[in-house]
Parts: sequence; C-alpha cells; structure tokens
Amino acid sequence: MTVVAARALAKEYDGHAVVDGVDLAIEPGECFGLLGPNGAGKTTTLRMLLGLTHPSAGELTVLGHAVPEQARAMRARVGVVPQTDALDPDFTVRENLLTWASYFGLEQGIGPRVDEMIGFAALQGREGAGVAALSGGMRRRLSLARALINDPELVVLDEPTTGLDPQARQHIWQRLRRLRDDGRTLILTTHYMEEAERLCDRLAIVDGGRIVAEGRPRDLIARHIEPCVLELRGGAAWQWGRGEGMALAARSEDVGDTLLLYAHDDSELLAALGAAPTIEYLSRRANLEDVFLRLTGHDLRD
Amino acid sequence: MARPDQLLPVPSLRFVPVWRRNLRVWRKLMVPSVLGNFGEPLLYLFVFGYGFGRLVGEVERMPYMDFLASGIVCSSIMMTASFEALYSAFTRMHEQQTWTNMLNAPLNVDDIVLGEIAFAATKGAFSGVAILVVATLAGFVAGPAALWVLPMMLLIGLCFASLAMVVTAIAPGYDFFLYYFTLILTPMLLLSGVFFPLSELPTVVAGIAHLLPLANAVAIVRPLMTGTVPADVLLHLSVVIAYGAAAWVFATHRLRRRLAS
Repeated sequence: MTVVAARALAKEYDGHAVVDGVDLAIEPGECFGLLGPNGAGKTTTLRMLLGLTHPSAGELTVLGHAVPEQARAMRARVGVVPQTDALDPDFTVRENLLTWASYFGLEQGIGPRVDEMIGFAALQGREGAGVAALSGGMRRRLSLARALINDPELVVLDEPTTGLDPQARQHIWQRLRRLRDDGRTLILTTHYMEEAERLCDRLAIVDGGRIVAEGRPRDLIARHIEPCVLELRGGAAWQWGRGEGMALAARSEDVGDTLLLYAHDDSELLAALGAAPTIEYLSRRANLEDVFLRLTGHDLRD
Repeated sequence: MARPDQLLPVPSLRFVPVWRRNLRVWRKLMVPSVLGNFGEPLLYLFVFGYGFGRLVGEVERMPYMDFLASGIVCSSIMMTASFEALYSAFTRMHEQQTWTNMLNAPLNVDDIVLGEIAFAATKGAFSGVAILVVATLAGFVAGPAALWVLPMMLLIGLCFASLAMVVTAIAPGYDFFLYYFTLILTPMLLLSGVFFPLSELPTVVAGIAHLLPLANAVAIVRPLMTGTVPADVLLHLSVVIAYGAAAWVFATHRLRRRLAS
C-alpha cells in the first residue's frame, strides 16, 4: 500500500497559490526528501499531509486514511519531529515522553517503551533533567524519541538537523538510517543537500508550489548536471575561466564572485589549468546542490 | 478533523490528556500558584470585609461577612479561571507552542480548547473550594446546604474559562487582555452583587447587571451558603450556561481558524 498518495494537491491563501498541484506517491520503507527554497510550499505540503490544514483542492490519503477527514486516526500511526523542538519546558525528559504518550492514549504499561526511547536518544542518566538543561543535540534526540513513542509506521521530520554540530548531526543520521532499516517510511525536509543525498532514496525539489524535479538523488544529478564541476574564484581565475575555460566547458554559470564550469569530462580543463599554476580552483563532482540551484535559481528567496 | 467553517465543536474524551498535562505542570508550581490564587481573595474577604463590615453591619438581613464570603467565592472562581484561560493559555498557544505541538499527536483543536477550558475551570473551582473552606471555618457559612455550591463552582469556572478563551482566541498579544479586564471583568466584579446588593444600584444599571453571568452565579451561590433556598434557579443556571456554551462554540471556531488554516 502506498504510504502517501497525493493527487493535484493545492492550497491557496487569499487567492495566492502556495501549493499548486502536487502529486506524490511515497512507498513503504522509503526515505523521501522534500527540498525547496524558503516559501516553496514544503511546510504547507507537510501540514496538509498531517491533516493540520485543509487542502483547497486535490485528493490525499496517508497510510490508507483519507486526509483531512480521518486525520486523527492517521496521526495515531505517524510520528512528527517538528522544526523547532517544541519540547515541553515545564517537564523533565521522562515527563516529556510520558505526556506525549498520553496524547496517544498510551498510559498503561508505557514505562518500558519510555525507557527504550530514552536509550534510543542516548539520554540515560538524564531522565530527570529539565529540557532547559539539555544541549541542542540532546533536545533534537529527545524530539525524535518522542515522535517514536507510538511506534509509528511513518515518521515526518521537518529539517531534522538544522542548527546541530557535525557530531550531533551524524548521530541523528545514524538513528534515521536505523529507522529506515526497521522498515519505517520517512519523509524529511532539509536545506542540506548533502543530507538529502545521503539519506533519501528519492526526493522531490519543490519551487513555487510545484514539484520541479523528482527521482533518486544520483539520477537527478545525472539528468540535470554534467558530472564534473570546476569552481573558479578571484580575478585571475575569473579571467581564465571567461576565456580559455569556457571554451573547454560544456556549460558555465556566473554566481556572484564565482564562475562555475560544467563538463562531461574535465581532463582537458584540468590539463589547461595545470599549465597555469597560479590559478586557484576547486575541482569536484556534480552534486545535488548544483541540481537544486540550477532548478530553483541563485536568487535569494527571503 | 472538523472543517474550519464548521460551527459546532466536536467534543471528545481526548480533551482529558490536555487537561492532565496542565494539571501535571500545576502540581509542580503549586505553592506560588496557590498564593496567587487565594492570597488576594482572602485579603478582600478578611481585610475589606472586617473594615467595611463594621461600618455596614448587616446587609440583606445577614452579617456583612456572610454576604461578602459568598460573593468572594464567585469572584475568585471568575478571576482564577480567567487568568488561566488568558495568560497561561496564551503562553501555551503562543510562546511555548504547546498547542501547535499537540496537533502533531492525534489531538484536534477542539480537544485542546475543551481541555484548556476544563483545566481553567478546575483551577477556578479549586480556588472557590479553598475560600469556601476558609469561610466555613471562620463561621460565615450557614450549613451543609453549601455543599450544593460545589457543582455550581465547576459550572461558574467553565463559564468564565470559556469567555476568557474567546479573548485568548482573538488576542494578538498579552496587552490585549487589559481591555478584557478593564472593560469587562472589573465592571462585572463591581456590578454583580459581590460587594453590595444589586438593589442599591439605579434601576437601569441593576437591569443590565441582572444580565451578567457573575450576577447570576452569585444569585445561586449566596442563598446556598447563607442557608436559604435560591429563587429562579433555572433562570440563573440558564444564563450562566448560555454564556459559557456560546463562548465555547465561538472560541473553538476562532481557534480552529487561528491554528489550522
């Protein structure tokens, strides 16, 4: 059974289309990424998936429940990790988990599950600590643990690692991979392309309320971007790029102070640069960020 | 999930975990909360009642302290429930994002509103009970008929919690609550027969006062506490219930739009 099936999903605010005809089919056990610049309609799409806001048009089922009509029954089977940790500041770690469980009608015999989740979040020994005493990484882990209290089939994460240090982020990634290995379906939004590339089986890039590209990260890169990229910065490199470089590249892009050269094969470019040792450059593989910027543009969104 | 344009709330027992969440927090902050809730009404009762009561002597053929005690029970429920459903609820809605968060669980806006109203009413009733106990110990209460006041306390609490929830639903910020206090609650406190009988007011003003929910609450609670049988119980009950029910419907409707659009 398809976990999320959306057809022509749309949401208007005061005649302005924030989500404008989104089709989604997310399969069980998948990690699906929703990428897009700020204001692209990601959050509104997630809110519609969770039954928190009524679509203006379109059809939507999540875990077989018609949404928003049967949103309550659906949310009983879903875990949500919101963007801001939104933990209860009046409660300790343990009380946060117990209170959250009570919202699901889970109270009798929930103790062992709470202990298990404290272990999952690596918060043993901190059960009695207040939320204010936790680091950012611990709070995010607690948010994740809380979202799992009801053993959800689908976990929705809104920017799960924003604001975390690299260690904390690695830790969250491990936990997310473990969830996927358990057979749970994950939907996540992120601004970190490298995160999406690592975690997501499939992703959709959203802009202007529409899906502008969808597929496996590797396929998206192959479909939209030449595999080799040269980044040239500074006066001399720029000069060289505008002349000799562009002649050898398949495509170029001028991004503020940086010139990007794209090539199917960069051996000629690298050979030419070898003959000009003063020029500083960065040679790398094409990545998801290139796809993202190509499809959504380089302009600031807010 | 109810459609945003649906008029009536959809009550469900799911409000209980919301109520219990607040109760859990309240138990932690019991001491300052108790001081805040009972300190002021008790000061009114004893200081104001003692000083003023000596000047007045009897009111409506009863000692002023007996007259005042029943009024203070009602006004204390009103104030406690209002504070909770205004400042505390707004903090949970706006500052702490507690409600937004709850909506990610299988709870709806309707459950949250009902849970918050029920909790504010509980707190209000609790303060009413505390004052009733103190007033009984001090000898201001006539007899066991006053036990009938207990269910009435919950009803008064529900009424004022619902009214305050309407204000919370439309408030852009904390400052907005001052309008409610200055324009509604304080005039109601002074015009509802808490401190002096409505019969002392000019006819027109008294006529308006009879429409106020607090005046109708006092009209039931005072006879029960002072050992007489209340008159027109059904009428007074209906007024209190009507205010509460209308406010509950309106607050739910507004908050659905505010939280779920």
